[in-house]
Amino acid sequence: MLTSVLGMTASSTSAPRTGEGAAVDLAGVNKWFGDLHVLKDIDLSVERGEVVVVIGPSGSGKSTLCRAINRLETIDGGSITLAGEPLPEEGKALARMRSDVGMVFQSFNLFAHKTVLENVTLGPIKVRGAKRAEAEEKARRLLDRVGVGHQAEKYPAQLSGGQQQRVAIARALAMDPQLMLFDEPTSALDPEMIKEVLDVMVDLARGGMTMIVVTHEMGFARTAADRVVFMSDGAIVEENTPDEFFTNPRSERARDFLAKILKH
Amino acid sequence: MDDLLDQRDLVLQAFWLTIQLAVLSGVCSLAFGTVLAAMRVGPISVLRGAATTYVTLVRNTPLLLMFVFVFVAAPNIGWFVGTPFLLKGVIAVSVYTSAFICEAVRSGVNAVPLGQAEAARAIGLTFGQTMTSIVLPQAFRAVVPPVASVLIAMTKNTSIAAVFGLMELTGRMRYFTNNSADDTAIFLTFAVLYIVLVELISAGAIGLERRWRAAR
Repeated sequence: MLTSVLGMTASSTSAPRTGEGAAVDLAGVNKWFGDLHVLKDIDLSVERGEVVVVIGPSGSGKSTLCRAINRLETIDGGSITLAGEPLPEEGKALARMRSDVGMVFQSFNLFAHKTVLENVTLGPIKVRGAKRAEAEEKARRLLDRVGVGHQAEKYPAQLSGGQQQRVAIARALAMDPQLMLFDEPTSALDPEMIKEVLDVMVDLARGGMTMIVVTHEMGFARTAADRVVFMSDGAIVEENTPDEFFTNPRSERARDFLAKILKH
Repeated sequence: MDDLLDQRDLVLQAFWLTIQLAVLSGVCSLAFGTVLAAMRVGPISVLRGAATTYVTLVRNTPLLLMFVFVFVAAPNIGWFVGTPFLLKGVIAVSVYTSAFICEAVRSGVNAVPLGQAEAARAIGLTFGQTMTSIVLPQAFRAVVPPVASVLIAMTKNTSIAAVFGLMELTGRMRYFTNNSADDTAIFLTFAVLYIVLVELISAGAIGLERRWRAAR
């Protein structure tokens, strides 16, 4: 039960998960943007500790799927449950649920008027009611872990993209999430900064974090993913282990996609 | 000019009354205008509609009409009976100005990237927390110049209170010009006092902009 998980604010991110059911379960999810059918009958179940990478051409609905899981996008049909609990309607219950789901955005979205340290402590203090000193100590530990501990007093605009994205990961981790969503976390980064962010993500994956990662980084998918989900035109076309998917894609769309991105 | 010097107590009292009108109205307008802006961008449609209606009604009405309502019409239906004149003036000016503050703040809210609010919601902040911790602080930084303009216009608008018996600067100026042939000096003196007050607002705005530019 999510509610029982909610009480465990001190749980470590790598601790074994409690509760019943899959970490995330989507059943028959549909969404339209006007006439555009962006999610078509999506069924997807993610187990605790599993790392699922979602790939596909742009406009295939990957980001929308990712954002629907913490209800930054509403859906028009089907159901989404987290640890067996259906997503609540907008309000306090939804806010509580979101606090257990870490989200990392393509454009970082660090709070521009707050320092790096304040970015990471805001959630624990405002949402979890943590004491400032404890929140800061934990934040510094997380910032060290992602390699930006010495930037704690700076403002986001003073950091490189790669550093900002690592702070964003630390900000999400500060909430002790049960699940982490990554929405194209490296797509806005210069090439030389991609690795530093991916390294942190690989680390998280090895630590047992449940992750759903929308990305174009095939290297990350091969290294860290338990499963690759290939989407095209709003539907899941193919799911497989990374090895099987990359060496032996079954669908024509996937073969076509892989040919386009791997050769040039 | 001699009149002014002989009766400088009256001038200073008038200046003080204008300052009170401006500061009290400014504080009320900022507070109420910000609440209105939050209502207009909020998720609750009833509040959104109420704030939108308020802005439409108030912004399309002359300030003089607002004064007539507060000072003349409202007491006839039992409102504001016995309310001090200063307070009535503050109510009239604040009701009017908060509509403009609302729109200025709302423009600032629209200037804050959507991702800021999304990130705040994603870590579990409620709508209210997202507004007060993330969106409004950044919106305020963006709206210092237009809000300063609104407050400057408001300060000068307090002169309408003269028509309703408040001896603030304009009221006192009329008193002096009625009793003197030396109009020009009197006009200039009172104009300078308004300029001093408005310049204080401008200086405050510049200071805020400088401080907030440094901290981001």
